[in-house]
Amino acid sequence: MRHIISLLMENESGALSRVAGLFSARGYNIESLTVAPTEDPTLSRMTIVTSGSDAVIEQINKQLNKLVDVAALMDLSDGEHLERELMLVKFNTASGNREELKRISDTFNGRVIDVSQHTCTIELTDTCAKLDSFLEAIDRDAILETVRTGASGIGRGDRILKL
Amino acid sequence: MELTGAEIVIRCLREERVDYVFGYPGGAVLHIYDALFQQDKVKHILVRHEQAAVHAADGYSRSSDKVGVALVTSGPGLTNAVTGIATAYMDSIPMVIISGQVPTGAIGEDAFQEVDAVGITRPCVKHNFLVKDVKDIAPTIKKAFYLARSGRPGPVLVDIPKDVSNHKTVFAYPESVSIRSYHPASNGDSGQIRLAAQMLLGAKRPMIYAGGGVVLSDASTQLTDLVRLLGFPCTNTLMGLGGFPASDKHFVGMLGMHGTYEANMAMQHCDVLVAIGARFDDRVIGNVEHFAEVPRKIIHIDIDPSSIAKRVKVDVPIVGELKLVLNELLDMLRSGKQTPDAATIAAWWKQVGEWRIKGGGLRYKNSSEVIKPQFVIEKLHEITGGDAFITSDVGQHQMWAAQYYKFDKPRRWINSGGLGTMGFGLPAAMGVQLVNPGATVACVTGEGSIQMNIQELSTCKQFRLPIKIISLNNGYLGMVRQWQELFLGNRYSETYMDALPDFVKLAEAYGHIGMRVEKPADVEAALKEAFARKHDLVFMDFKTDPTENVFPMVPGGKGLSEIILAEEL
Repeated sequence: MRHIISLLMENESGALSRVAGLFSARGYNIESLTVAPTEDPTLSRMTIVTSGSDAVIEQINKQLNKLVDVAALMDLSDGEHLERELMLVKFNTASGNREELKRISDTFNGRVIDVSQHTCTIELTDTCAKLDSFLEAIDRDAILETVRTGASGIGRGDRILKL
Repeated sequence: MELTGAEIVIRCLREERVDYVFGYPGGAVLHIYDALFQQDKVKHILVRHEQAAVHAADGYSRSSDKVGVALVTSGPGLTNAVTGIATAYMDSIPMVIISGQVPTGAIGEDAFQEVDAVGITRPCVKHNFLVKDVKDIAPTIKKAFYLARSGRPGPVLVDIPKDVSNHKTVFAYPESVSIRSYHPASNGDSGQIRLAAQMLLGAKRPMIYAGGGVVLSDASTQLTDLVRLLGFPCTNTLMGLGGFPASDKHFVGMLGMHGTYEANMAMQHCDVLVAIGARFDDRVIGNVEHFAEVPRKIIHIDIDPSSIAKRVKVDVPIVGELKLVLNELLDMLRSGKQTPDAATIAAWWKQVGEWRIKGGGLRYKNSSEVIKPQFVIEKLHEITGGDAFITSDVGQHQMWAAQYYKFDKPRRWINSGGLGTMGFGLPAAMGVQLVNPGATVACVTGEGSIQMNIQELSTCKQFRLPIKIISLNNGYLGMVRQWQELFLGNRYSETYMDALPDFVKLAEAYGHIGMRVEKPADVEAALKEAFARKHDLVFMDFKTDPTENVFPMVPGGKGLSEIILAEEL
């Protein structure tokens, strides 16, 4: 099953490699990983999307917690949570498909953020699944490039990950 | 007064009451060695290869309650140390390794003797640090010692660039340390411990399975009390030997790949299993699916939550320091009115006894023609009164030492259980001898393993370490040869060693005493003579039976009850 794990870690050089190294060394899946400092510059918040059996997910949580740099951890998938991913897609519009792209993009709450003579770039922010749906709905032959950030997640309401 | 980073390193070691550092000098640690030279509180043991420095620090730690310290230079110094670090990591040994690094300005430029020490050691340390500012040296070393010895222990590396060790700052060693992201467990959950107590009291076929954690947390007394109070059978893993006295009637021997028939059968067929500081690894329970075929309740006590439910499902997990958890469990059992049902436990012991008879215990057919390796270990036990510190290398001799030297005390059996590092035994014995001056220290090895770090005979000479080397020389890489014989159609691929050195002359060349023993009748007298030489290192080259195999044996990937016993004797 797919899990979104959120963690707070020391914002120190090497901390990211400890997490990434753990996943490769122990053969865990990693679908995406995002990291950036929080409002407290000494802490970074990381969101990891992974998948595995319940036993594997339990081990992933325990092994992450064991890393000395990891200060707090929450498996967001254990409860109600929000998930957002940012995607930028650049299209070839030479065939006069700009209106069609705009219409589909509107349906997915996308925004056109750049237009040139033969291209247009659309920004979408939504769940990973919704972004996948957009890519399925659109004319794939028109895609020039796709950039996705990987999911960021946060617990709903009182589910708070803080030191 | 301001001190250099190098002087601060030495002052930190003094603050941590480090009396010996094992190391090898080089360019990036020149300043640290200069600071060592100018004081006499911290003594340095010059090894002949960095791997040996780390193994020596490891043996020093395993045979005492101290943190071992190794000091190596950058680049090859560090990469040579990696095997030692990984060895300590797999067996959770508290250790601090200080490595030199190229100057900060040169990092990343492929400088001479540069290697990414933090990167290369990351998967085999509990934690590691690169110190970029001289002000950080003292707090980092404080943290390193705290991390190494607290919680589940392990090696911690501190990498110090050359320029940082030469910069100056005011020295102040922090009195206390706290790391906001690190909170090792202490007490176990009382509710869970109560549940465990009830489960143990209601058990019909109970089994106590204790590992290296008992030794590391100095919980042997508590384990022994628990076993005797309940009257249950107890087994030890390879790492746990000595954690429970082998001479106690409740001891059913070591379990696992080369464990006794009764220990493995009881492990497989018990209805309540309590695992204490052990991790159900592949050499212990064999095939996981086979192990899970028999339903049993499992109580698992360990300091590291990630050890619990890693390979087997657990019914009652208890995370905590073994000593504290066992004390609480003992209090509950002693204050309660209930005791295990005597008749039920007696019936279980009867079954265990039948397995013991069927398995025939540990046995080998002795010979008057050729020296049997097991016979040497039995005599070694007899002559040392079972009270020596025994280090070992890796292979058949290691298993025979584990089987036939009956350890009654913890921290006496020093071997590389997790990583299985050949070349561990001799340098580890150096550390053991230094921290236990005057004690009898023997290294049980083979002609294969000893050659992996034989250069340390030179270190032993320099520091007058009277280690007794018991080399069981069968001319083969015996354990691999055994697998080739049993599973690969007797195709002895590269396991015969031609052109072995004359070990007696070799020992003499290093300034020690060498003895060759070729006849079974000479074994006892030779051992007596060697151990009577209290101040000499004696290298004993025993020519042993090249065809002898280690039994019992649970073949790789098989279940515990699929054990192969020694041939009918």
